[in-house]
Amino acid sequence: MGAPAGPPPAIELRGIDKRFGAVHANHAIDLVVRRGHIHGIVGENGAGKSTLMAILHGFYQADAGTILVNGDEARIRDSRDAIRLGIEMVHQHFMLVERFTVLENVMLGAEGGALLARGAARARAELRRLGAQYGLGVDPDALVEDLPVGAQQRVEILKALYRGAEVLILDEPTGVLTPQEADDLFRVLRALRDQGRTVLLITHKLREIMAITDRVSVMRTGQMVAHRDTATTTPAELGELMIGRRLAAPAPLPPMPRGPVLLEARGLSVRDPAGVERVKDADLVLRGGEILGIAGVAGNGQGELLEALTGIRRPVAGEIRFAGETVFPGPGFDAAGLRRRGLGHVPEDRLRSGLLRQDSAAASAILGYQNDPRWRRGGLLSPAAMAAHAAGLMRDFDVRPPEPALRSALFSGGNQQKLILGREIERDPKVLLVGQPTRGVDIGGINAIHQRLLAHRAAGRAVLVVSVEIEEILALSDRILVMCDGRIMGELTAAEANERELGLMMAGVTPDEAA
Amino acid sequence: MTEALDILLPVLGATLRLATPLLLAALAGLFSERAGIVDVGLEGKMLVGAFAAAATAAVTGDVLPGVLAAVAASCLLGMVHAYGCITLRGSQVVSGMAINIIASGLTATLALAWFGMGGQTPALPAAARFLPLDLPGADALADVPVLGRIYASLIGGQTMLVYLALLLVPVSAFVLARTRFGLRLRAAGEHPAAVDTAGVSVARLRYAGVLIASVLCGIAGAYVATAQGAGFQRDMIAGRGYIALAAMILGGWRPGRILLTCLLFGLLDAVAIRLQGAVLPGIGAFPVQAIQALPYLLTVVLLAGFMGRAIPPRASGQPYVKER
Repeated sequence: MGAPAGPPPAIELRGIDKRFGAVHANHAIDLVVRRGHIHGIVGENGAGKSTLMAILHGFYQADAGTILVNGDEARIRDSRDAIRLGIEMVHQHFMLVERFTVLENVMLGAEGGALLARGAARARAELRRLGAQYGLGVDPDALVEDLPVGAQQRVEILKALYRGAEVLILDEPTGVLTPQEADDLFRVLRALRDQGRTVLLITHKLREIMAITDRVSVMRTGQMVAHRDTATTTPAELGELMIGRRLAAPAPLPPMPRGPVLLEARGLSVRDPAGVERVKDADLVLRGGEILGIAGVAGNGQGELLEALTGIRRPVAGEIRFAGETVFPGPGFDAAGLRRRGLGHVPEDRLRSGLLRQDSAAASAILGYQNDPRWRRGGLLSPAAMAAHAAGLMRDFDVRPPEPALRSALFSGGNQQKLILGREIERDPKVLLVGQPTRGVDIGGINAIHQRLLAHRAAGRAVLVVSVEIEEILALSDRILVMCDGRIMGELTAAEANERELGLMMAGVTPDEAA
Repeated sequence: MTEALDILLPVLGATLRLATPLLLAALAGLFSERAGIVDVGLEGKMLVGAFAAAATAAVTGDVLPGVLAAVAASCLLGMVHAYGCITLRGSQVVSGMAINIIASGLTATLALAWFGMGGQTPALPAAARFLPLDLPGADALADVPVLGRIYASLIGGQTMLVYLALLLVPVSAFVLARTRFGLRLRAAGEHPAAVDTAGVSVARLRYAGVLIASVLCGIAGAYVATAQGAGFQRDMIAGRGYIALAAMILGGWRPGRILLTCLLFGLLDAVAIRLQGAVLPGIGAFPVQAIQALPYLLTVVLLAGFMGRAIPPRASGQPYVKER
């Protein structure tokens, strides 16, 4: 590095290398993180970002390479070493004991003596001070399990600060947050930077990188491919670096004539197995030639709504009409019956209900349509016909590797999703319901999947997309419904929707209140 | 009044004596499970404790070496469990059952080989046993009606280990709730990755939990052989380890409630003994087994969710593996 003067960087990695068996997760990584910066690390899923940070935090050990902290070579064998060096991490899945109070969680590992009482008084005072300084107010005596996710994340940050974090690593911190909560988080991060602390932000969301970082490093397939000052780069350039080629610019949806109503729900109410009402009095109408997006923070009833509309779960009240006919209440309301009428479904949790993980891709490619005569020979399934069918799907939908005999679990998330989408679209369903179309899918795959959904719309079919990614909803939808706590908070057209308004509705604020 | 006391005092005294091994073992299970290690091997560890205590006391003619031997034997077995469950990440229930089976066979075999008395150890003389302690002033207070007798034969007149077990209840509660060790131990049983990322060793905490459990099981076994009884007999723990497990669950993994549950189970046992041979008009001999089955029934009813929820430590039974 050609900068001899000035203070040494807070963190410097040289030639960090890590393998997990055959997977080369980190390939001779170099990284310089300057003190008092917010440094972003972007990359697709599986690019090796989290592994690199876990090495820095001592959760994993690098196979080779050196770590320098403030210019001195550091040996980080476990989290204790990292903490001693002032390196703290907020994990994607919180490291909080849910049945402990906030105070107990903050003290864990930094109790300040064999008895808790003295340390507790100090921690309490320190929490109050940190809360006031950074806007991280949390009741120290609240149980963590009673706190909303945003507050739990604040506890994680407080925990790190209480231990004297000089370098704070955040791994995909906004995945579980509403846009407002994310804005609050960014305010906190900026305040930390202004105090001279260093923040490392791992994310795959370019919007966040552009909004908050000073400098950004891009990883692709285990390698560090570029470092940029945020001010001198663009989302397009970063996206290109992440996937190694240029991204298609998001185009406005081409206009389509209003088709007939193909799916309609009135006053729908759905309970989960525990008897909790997860969908409350929901109405929706879906026409041919449109994509209806359902936005919401995960777990606000979208999953149960999808299950009811696809016939997997019986609603407790309401009516569902499919292509003009009432299917619920009525006899034979089930998933198989609706499929026969022309409903396709890409489930939210593809590993659990979308494919046969331990079986071949060819088997997954006929799942739900196993009785189709195309691959039945005298009451038995024909392996040859199944393989030929899967090979055709893989060709048409660019599933890689195109190996029908390969176990479904061995494909990447994006390729699994393309296989499932191919299976459903191939039958040209009148109505296609898609849950989290691109969860865990990398950017290349996202584009391909979005194009497929838009093509289905262009063919005059109806598509319903449930997604927790607002950008995705905005990119795909003609109309948008927002769900919060089982209710549909309101409807927006794509033209009038913006992320702020959507975020407020996702948090349960109705459009009138928001105005 | 005196007649009521004549019946009540012996039953209550027996309740305390019968509850003591349950309480020691249930607290043992508490420390182990709060650290995240399920311990169905309480029974086996108590059994080797009982044998080691009786054998050592019989040879040395003194009870204290017996207790030490009991603790050592129990810890040895406990460390086998810990190594299998923590270091090798094996199944905790399978390991616990293996310990029970080993203990049952090993003690009987060793007793036969060493003492040749059909799997027993020699009956222990008074010096090699825990004897009831007379509290100071019991004689002076003997003439005070009611209270004098309660003081002499219920509060006093118990062996040292009874007092120790009772004392361990507040001590355990304090350690778990108010100390650094307790906080970390509980966290290891709830969310071990949180402990790990806080820079604390999960394995060491879990070993510590199992070690404490082993010490307590050893004492419980010594109590059965040298305080309650006077020597070792084959399989003499007779399911107390499992009852203690039930008491721990029924007590919601909390020391205070575990004490109450153990006293309840002790009382049921004492009543059952008292009613042994009693004849009920119209029914015949009193069905003592019905009372003895109650602890198990209560536990099943609780686990089925009829009496509020029993919430175990969230990570108990699960080996800690860094995810990948």
